[in-house]
Amino acid sequence: MVTSTLRETPLAQAHRQLGARMVDFAGWNMPVQYKSIVQEHMVVRTKVGLFDVSHMGEFVIKGPDAGAFVQYLVANDCYRLAQPDTALYTQFVKPDGGTVDDLIVYRRKNDWLLVVNASNIEKDWQWINTHTGQFPDMQMEDVSDQTGLLALQGPYAAALLSDLAGAWVKDMPAFTYGEATVDGISISFGRTGYTGEDGFELFVSCAQAQQLWSLIMDRGQSYSIEACGLGARDTLRLEAALPLYGHELDEHTSPIEAGLGWSVKLDKKEDFLGREVLSEQKKNGVKKQCVCLRAEGKALPRQGYEVFADDKAVGKVSSGSQGIFVGYPIAFAFVPPAHAKKGTQLTIAIRETKVPAQVVSRPFFKRNGDTK
Amino acid sequence: MLSYPAELIYVKSHEYVRVEGDNAVIGITAFAADQLGDVTFVELPKVGQKFKNEQKFGVIESVKSVSDLFMPAGGVVIEVNERLASEPELVNHDCYGQGWMLKIKLDNKSELDSAMSADSYKEFVVD
Repeated sequence: MVTSTLRETPLAQAHRQLGARMVDFAGWNMPVQYKSIVQEHMVVRTKVGLFDVSHMGEFVIKGPDAGAFVQYLVANDCYRLAQPDTALYTQFVKPDGGTVDDLIVYRRKNDWLLVVNASNIEKDWQWINTHTGQFPDMQMEDVSDQTGLLALQGPYAAALLSDLAGAWVKDMPAFTYGEATVDGISISFGRTGYTGEDGFELFVSCAQAQQLWSLIMDRGQSYSIEACGLGARDTLRLEAALPLYGHELDEHTSPIEAGLGWSVKLDKKEDFLGREVLSEQKKNGVKKQCVCLRAEGKALPRQGYEVFADDKAVGKVSSGSQGIFVGYPIAFAFVPPAHAKKGTQLTIAIRETKVPAQVVSRPFFKRNGDTK
Repeated sequence: MLSYPAELIYVKSHEYVRVEGDNAVIGITAFAADQLGDVTFVELPKVGQKFKNEQKFGVIESVKSVSDLFMPAGGVVIEVNERLASEPELVNHDCYGQGWMLKIKLDNKSELDSAMSADSYKEFVVD
């Protein structure tokens, strides 16, 4: 038997001190919850929460053709980022249409920053490196190991960050990027997030990550800030109808099948990996489509549970949980397009019971406290 | 800190028993509730249903997981905690009090002879 040691982020000690329950996530020792997933979920929806997501990956791409290279690698149109310090959401797509990973791309003043999922860092790095063929002299660096990342999310996030970094933060449009020095700590941040709330993802050196965490937790007290773990991160993103790689996206699922066609820009002039299959899918349709389901009762749908139309099995749940803010069980599932229309009545097999569920439009939850 | 009241007895599958004459009140221990996390649903049987010792009597679901519930002794269900249908979080907040699950009439009190005291159970969960 081989025992491998889990990797830890610079905040591991902080998590333990807060009494976090730690779990193995993609080979990292990460906090799944501190007090309770329900409590942490609600804090993000009503006040402000702080997440350690330092395990995620960061790649920097530099050079005169860096933009062209990134444009080739991803399905979204990076040239729509007309100004520097702007960002977008996209995917790396394989020639057969399957997804390698989803990521955020930042166009910065002098380079491009790619932020990828922790579970795919090595795979993504390989992917990028094997596709430099048409782009010689590309300068690329994997800075994941030097970069800490904190996510500050919730209605009070902007007020708190502007207390630390300046009032201009409040006016940052979504998906823009800025830099600041707070209490001697150099940070850069995007107005981005994975919760459906307003928020920021803050990049910091590993050496200063603990300091930044303490500073934010300290100054956040007046906003009732709480530390939030990966458990709440998952329930929040599901409620906001955001995909998770390994569930809604994988090597056998295209972004179009996952309902992310809006981020696939087939009209961009430049060729990109996966273009042919994605074009064909947009033109001829897909065999499976990701839908949002609202289930009746209290039992929770979970990944892998079968979905039925009348009495025929037509698909599977890819993610499911309690919609903690909206107050009912929710799920993503893949079904044939014929059963994907809003209002379609389906059933989910939850253990021995066939639970009624309805296809609803995404997201389950809208910011500012609106539920559907 | 998780507590284990001295007046209760406990079984390996993490249910506790409060013996009341020939009847028993059953729920899950603080250790189990803590492991589960936020409880979202408790599937309980109906009054009148009969179960053997160690038989599955229900299901408890939390945001993170699902677990079966097992009888710490055989008997017939005489009362079920209806409040758990709308307030499953009572299991997390007060597992020995308002979070109780079932009351049964015991078939055979001697089935409880092998149950653990609070001190023994405390050691059991630390291992």
